[in-house]
Amino acid sequence: MAQVESMAHSMARPDWRARFARQSEAIIIPLSALVLGLAGFALFLFVQGKSPVQFFQLVWLGGFGTGFSWQNTLSRAAPLLLAGLCVAIPARLGLVVIGGEGAIVMGGVAAGAAAIVLSGLWAPFGIVAMAAAGALAGALWIGAVGALRHWRGVNETISSLLLAYIAIALMNHLVEGPLRDPASLNKPSTPTIDAALAVGKMPWPNVHWGRLTGVFACILTWILLERTAWGFAARMAGSNLRAAQVQGLPVGALILGFTAFAGCLAGLAGYFEVAAVHGSANASLAAGYGYSGILVAFLARHNPLAIIPVALLLAGFEASSGLLQRRMGLPDASVLVLQGFVFVAILASEAVYGRLRLFSPERWSRA
Amino acid sequence: MRALSLDEGAIEVEAVGMTMRFGSFTALDSVSIRVRAGSFHALLGENGAGKSTLVKCIMGYYQPSEGGILVAGREARISDPRAAHALGLGMVYQHFTLVPALSVAENLIIAARDTQGIINWRKARARLSEFMASMPFSIPLDQQVATLAAGEKQKLEILKQLWLGRKLLILDEPTSVLTPQEADQILGHVRDLCRAGRISVLMITHKFREVMAFADEVSVLRRGRYVGGGVVAELSQAQMSAMMIGAVTLAQPSPRIGQREGVVLEIGGLCATDRSGLKDISIDGLKVHAREIVGIAGISGNGQKELMEVLTGERPRRAGHVLVKGVRWDASRAKARRLNVRFLPEEPLRNACAPRMSVAENIGFRVFDGLGTGTQFWLRPAELRQHAAQLVRQFGVKTASLDAPISALSGGNVQRAVLARELTGKVDLLVISNPCFGLDFSAVSDIRARILAARNSGAAVLLMSEDLDEILELSDRVLVMSEGRITYDRPVAQAHIHEIGAFMGGAQ
Repeated sequence: MAQVESMAHSMARPDWRARFARQSEAIIIPLSALVLGLAGFALFLFVQGKSPVQFFQLVWLGGFGTGFSWQNTLSRAAPLLLAGLCVAIPARLGLVVIGGEGAIVMGGVAAGAAAIVLSGLWAPFGIVAMAAAGALAGALWIGAVGALRHWRGVNETISSLLLAYIAIALMNHLVEGPLRDPASLNKPSTPTIDAALAVGKMPWPNVHWGRLTGVFACILTWILLERTAWGFAARMAGSNLRAAQVQGLPVGALILGFTAFAGCLAGLAGYFEVAAVHGSANASLAAGYGYSGILVAFLARHNPLAIIPVALLLAGFEASSGLLQRRMGLPDASVLVLQGFVFVAILASEAVYGRLRLFSPERWSRA
Repeated sequence: MRALSLDEGAIEVEAVGMTMRFGSFTALDSVSIRVRAGSFHALLGENGAGKSTLVKCIMGYYQPSEGGILVAGREARISDPRAAHALGLGMVYQHFTLVPALSVAENLIIAARDTQGIINWRKARARLSEFMASMPFSIPLDQQVATLAAGEKQKLEILKQLWLGRKLLILDEPTSVLTPQEADQILGHVRDLCRAGRISVLMITHKFREVMAFADEVSVLRRGRYVGGGVVAELSQAQMSAMMIGAVTLAQPSPRIGQREGVVLEIGGLCATDRSGLKDISIDGLKVHAREIVGIAGISGNGQKELMEVLTGERPRRAGHVLVKGVRWDASRAKARRLNVRFLPEEPLRNACAPRMSVAENIGFRVFDGLGTGTQFWLRPAELRQHAAQLVRQFGVKTASLDAPISALSGGNVQRAVLARELTGKVDLLVISNPCFGLDFSAVSDIRARILAARNSGAAVLLMSEDLDEILELSDRVLVMSEGRITYDRPVAQAHIHEIGAFMGGAQ
């Protein structure tokens, strides 16, 4: 009996070695996949007669090497953080949503349209209302994906992707028609937003507030998913929908709420693109951040905190693309090829989880 | 005994000193058994006793680490299942291996290895008719397999093996999907074929009744070892049971305490569409009282799953009402908490657990949003761990660590973890489906004792099970569900196994 007691006692304490083994799996495997993807791309360059060494040097220089490149990287990271969350949050429910691009575009257009109405009003109210318009548009867009999934059984991956195309078409229609600023001649845009509504830069680092908002959103999301009953319920539903239903959880509300929240963050990314970068809504909104966000979320294993460094890394790659074009004569798309290599390696690495003895908790537990 | 030439009749097969190791685990430890020509030999044992490993070694799916096989007195090297087939060894599986869309004749013809690229149907059919005529039982050749009853399909599986010229049949729990009548009929036919010297049979089973009624000889395995056996007529059921279970003392089902009290669950006029979308289930006047176990017997696919789904809120109901303690039941978490309703779905790993989440998290499913009556927004991981550790100890869940994913546990321990989760605290209504399916003997008796204990402390229990023995052991009242309806309702003392079997088979 005493033995049983002591065993139960030791069980109540976290078995740190078993936990460490389990958690290190989630770091080592994606990291190895990243290295493998980069190695694959290096080989690709080598076959093309370009120097992989020079390539990585330039990526370093263009993305992280100087103060200017850091600034460039950080400002690109802002939308990637939010777009990554737009993939990572539904992933907790077992949903693969890849249409964050649509929510970014709709969020940007809604913010641009709201700015027309809000110009001249008391600035703090205007800023909040403009941000809310962007967030709401994004929430409706991805929330619709969740609603289609829950009530109609429509595959969320397909519907979100197709809705992204619809969003881009809708944006083109609006900025070329009803919302067009007559002054925008060669690039149809909404009217430039009031200076009072523009989002400025932080004192340090010298990038707009969207970056801080993105980091803040990652932390908030992590707390929501890991430390609240809602997050736990979402993980249950994502891991086994039937078990969650048998436990009486409101599965529909969870799906709708989490997809809408994910869309809301992507909508905010669109808002920052308009209010802090472009100054108006136009075709530049569809810059592919939504798609890069998919890679960010998968590399981060859908962990909101891991999204912060991963977004920075990928933003650095993107920031260096101009330098690569000029110095190595590589086409613009080479960064996309690099992303493709990394993505394929990450997807392939999914097959390895739970198969390596090294990470098995049983191997390390004391029992 | 008639002398039989080896080409035509049953053959003798003997496994000698068979040992099978998987890494450091010994699944079979020097097991020798002999199936005499023309005998019906039963292989008894709990789950994990090594029965499947033994027959897989005989059929060539595994290569034994040590030991060998004698077929008709000659040493045989069986490198793969094809080699086993060539020697005349065949196997009938628990689940059907027929093509439902094809006819009986087509199924038999595609199974034969010597079928040509172009089939001469006239000749083939003539041979088939001749074959069927020589059998003690037959099935219409033109019927589509999908329209056959389960018992007929199992007959066809056996006919198929004979058609393929097999002389020793290994039957792997052949009656698990059949009614008792169908089972008796088929095993009777198999025994007749043995008596006629056409085949020898090695049957894996866990049903003593079938062994006693049909088998000539029996071998019992326990934990990979041969622990006894002999001629069935010289053995009693108690002796076989003792061999099978060994010295382990099983938890005794707690005695029933008290009589049934007020109605807890009441279902009236309930109507819902079944899985196929073509038929309905309709349940009327089903009542379960406090301190009562109501067992619903029935062959799977007669609406039990659908009834469970309606109660858990997964399947919409078109009409009718479900009341729990007089309150309308809407399957919400709040109501389940207030009315103390708990569910134990079948296949707990698939239907009641999140396989990738840890043991501690899975045990926390019912309490993560509030250990008491209130609900809380913030998770309290330390409290959840403490709660899980306590239940793991109380219910004897064997796990390497609370952080191990629950899918790493054995079936019995997954079910223990789920029981720990659902049977803690006050339980007023417990709805259970096949709680012991696929579990080993000691887990089964442990789990049944827990269910009885819940009843004795005042819970109303609705138990759906495909295992008739389980229903009869646990229930106070026995119901039979057939074609989506309750067709039979008796207190267990007045229930008779043959009557129940007839209703399971569709009698009204």
